[in-house]
Amino acid sequence: MTSQYAQAVVDGVLSGGVYALMAAGLTLIFGVMDVINIAQGVMVVLGAYLSYALSVHLGLDLFATLVVTVPALFVVGVAVEWLFMRRLADRDRTAMSILVTYAVAIIIEGILIQVFGPDFVQLHGPYVDKSVHVLGFYLPYIYLYGFMLAVVLLGLLYALLYLTRFGQALRASLQDRRAAELIGIEVNRVRTLTFGIGVAVTAAGGMVFGATNAFNPNSGYDLISRLLTIVILGGLGSIGGALVAAVFMLVVEDVVAVAWSPTWSTLVFFAVLVIVLTFRPSGLFGRTAVRAQ
Amino acid sequence: MHSGWQWQRRGGLLAAGSALALALALVLAPAGLGGSKRTAASCIKGAGKPIKIGASLSLSGDFSADGQAFKRGYQLWAAHVNSHGGLLGCHVKLDIVSDASSPAQVVTNYQKLISSDHVDLAFGPFSTLLTVPSSKVANRFGYALIEGAGGAPAVFANGLHNVFDVSLIIKNQLVTAAKWLASLPKSERPKTAAYPTSNDPFTQPQLPVARKIMQKAGIKTVYSKVFPAEVTDYTPIATAVAATKAQAVLLGSVDVPTVSAFIQAFAQQHYNPKAFIATAGPDQGSAFTSAVGSNAEGVMVPNGWYGGEANKLSRAMVKAYIKKYGGNASGINADVAEAYSVGEVAQQAVTKIKSLDNKKLIAYLHSGKTFTSVQGPVKFNALGENTAIKAFTFQWQKGKYVQVLPKGAKQSKRPEYPKKPWG
Repeated sequence: MTSQYAQAVVDGVLSGGVYALMAAGLTLIFGVMDVINIAQGVMVVLGAYLSYALSVHLGLDLFATLVVTVPALFVVGVAVEWLFMRRLADRDRTAMSILVTYAVAIIIEGILIQVFGPDFVQLHGPYVDKSVHVLGFYLPYIYLYGFMLAVVLLGLLYALLYLTRFGQALRASLQDRRAAELIGIEVNRVRTLTFGIGVAVTAAGGMVFGATNAFNPNSGYDLISRLLTIVILGGLGSIGGALVAAVFMLVVEDVVAVAWSPTWSTLVFFAVLVIVLTFRPSGLFGRTAVRAQ
Repeated sequence: MHSGWQWQRRGGLLAAGSALALALALVLAPAGLGGSKRTAASCIKGAGKPIKIGASLSLSGDFSADGQAFKRGYQLWAAHVNSHGGLLGCHVKLDIVSDASSPAQVVTNYQKLISSDHVDLAFGPFSTLLTVPSSKVANRFGYALIEGAGGAPAVFANGLHNVFDVSLIIKNQLVTAAKWLASLPKSERPKTAAYPTSNDPFTQPQLPVARKIMQKAGIKTVYSKVFPAEVTDYTPIATAVAATKAQAVLLGSVDVPTVSAFIQAFAQQHYNPKAFIATAGPDQGSAFTSAVGSNAEGVMVPNGWYGGEANKLSRAMVKAYIKKYGGNASGINADVAEAYSVGEVAQQAVTKIKSLDNKKLIAYLHSGKTFTSVQGPVKFNALGENTAIKAFTFQWQKGKYVQVLPKGAKQSKRPEYPKKPWG
């Protein structure tokens, strides 16, 4: 039984990495722009479909598809920001962004249904169903690679935010838009790029999601509630918080599923979430972190 | 200018008046409905108004793949009827609305279809989950609800007189497979079995019946747990099943992603049960194989129909389907046949009573007459369950979806047992 608990912890950590990858863009976009991107789930699915099309029609390896899908989703993100988000007044930005991004989600979903149909598909590769035996545990390659990808990409995002001039400009425009404009920062440009980057990261999450789950154009709706939960627990705007919260959520759920019953796993997690938010209303890491100079 | 109090009071009166009007409408409206009184005499071919048939389907949401397959089934049937002179000589027009797989939306949809769109007949939605509330709405308006995907006990537990399921009685779906496993020679029979199931009204009634049969044959239960319909991660559940090393797994699933997630986790854990039977998912044709790939090999599913069905009606439907949508017989989702059968039964009953009066229709469907359908014979008991249809078990073998049980039945091929290892 002990080994089952240990396996559940390992599974939770690895699956948590995949969810962090999907949630990173959501938390980045909120932290920077006060925009709650309800379309994040559908964008994950869009990323999965792009990888699917490239792997099926061009025979590309799943990870190689990211060379195309990450820039492609960056363009999608920039387009969405330019077409819709920029037009939102600062005062109502957060509330209105929910409606606007929901509309974006419906548009993307409609296009995916037209192009790919409603049937479920899944990404396949030689390593997707394989695993490596380590210390008595079978560790699936796809989750291992996905976790490593999450750590690398989230590390790059963190570096972008805190070690570059772009990151400085980004955080300055967050703290005080007018002051940032006065010192020569093009705030609109920064926001557009940030939205693009947030959506681009989602391509990687989409690929790993598509390799670990059968999906169709509607799969994004199941995802968005989980992703929002992760970014709220981690602290809206905190990249590291998203990783910690995702791992925490999956480990709690997985251990409860094994130790007690799968029926209670989600309930127990939400009970823990309520307790955490009671004592730390801004989540584990809060939104101040990302905005700090 | 109204004072705030006056405005509030007026608003309150308005709200109260509206609520009263709505309540009266809800109470009185059904009395005037119950379907059109049109008869064959008033519906002359080419001159009569089209017959409107309403259905709410899950065109988005969790059941979207099934909902879209159902839509194809209804549309194929309508096209067939219209190309053969229509129903009562009238053109059939489908009024299909989407419920996004939501039990709340499906209620609104049937209320709209009946009280606002004034459809002549109501066809069922997809899934037991959505059929339960739909049947109550139809009953309130005096409509028959002929459906093909709500065969679980929850649908019939309300004792409604207006719901008719043309497909298999869900509770007994796994019986054929369970009896077969129990009947295997002791050396081949699985010694242990696992029964993980989603908490869905479609899956849950099936497993206890199968488990009882298998336990009686000495097959020990090593895992029997329910998991929520919306699971963040199936890995720990599947891994826990794998840890039991059960030789047979009977999975209570409602869709492809659940089955796919279990298969993937089993493969990653190097766990290969001798038999793997899922209650739904593998019956979805190409939608299943495109998700699980070569791991479909050996996977079994109980159902009442498959693309290779020998009956003449089924062969014609399969031909029409392939002509319109392409693919092959194995790739056709069983939902298509379930929906098509709904239309066939409605057509035969309406033609017989020469009327669209739902009261007469309900009475005729309860009369004990046997109807024909692509799924085989249909005969309703007092609850509205189809007692005439036979339960089969199908298996994916070398990319083809074939009938394997009951053993010795016409068209049954030899089951692949033990199932080949994944990958």
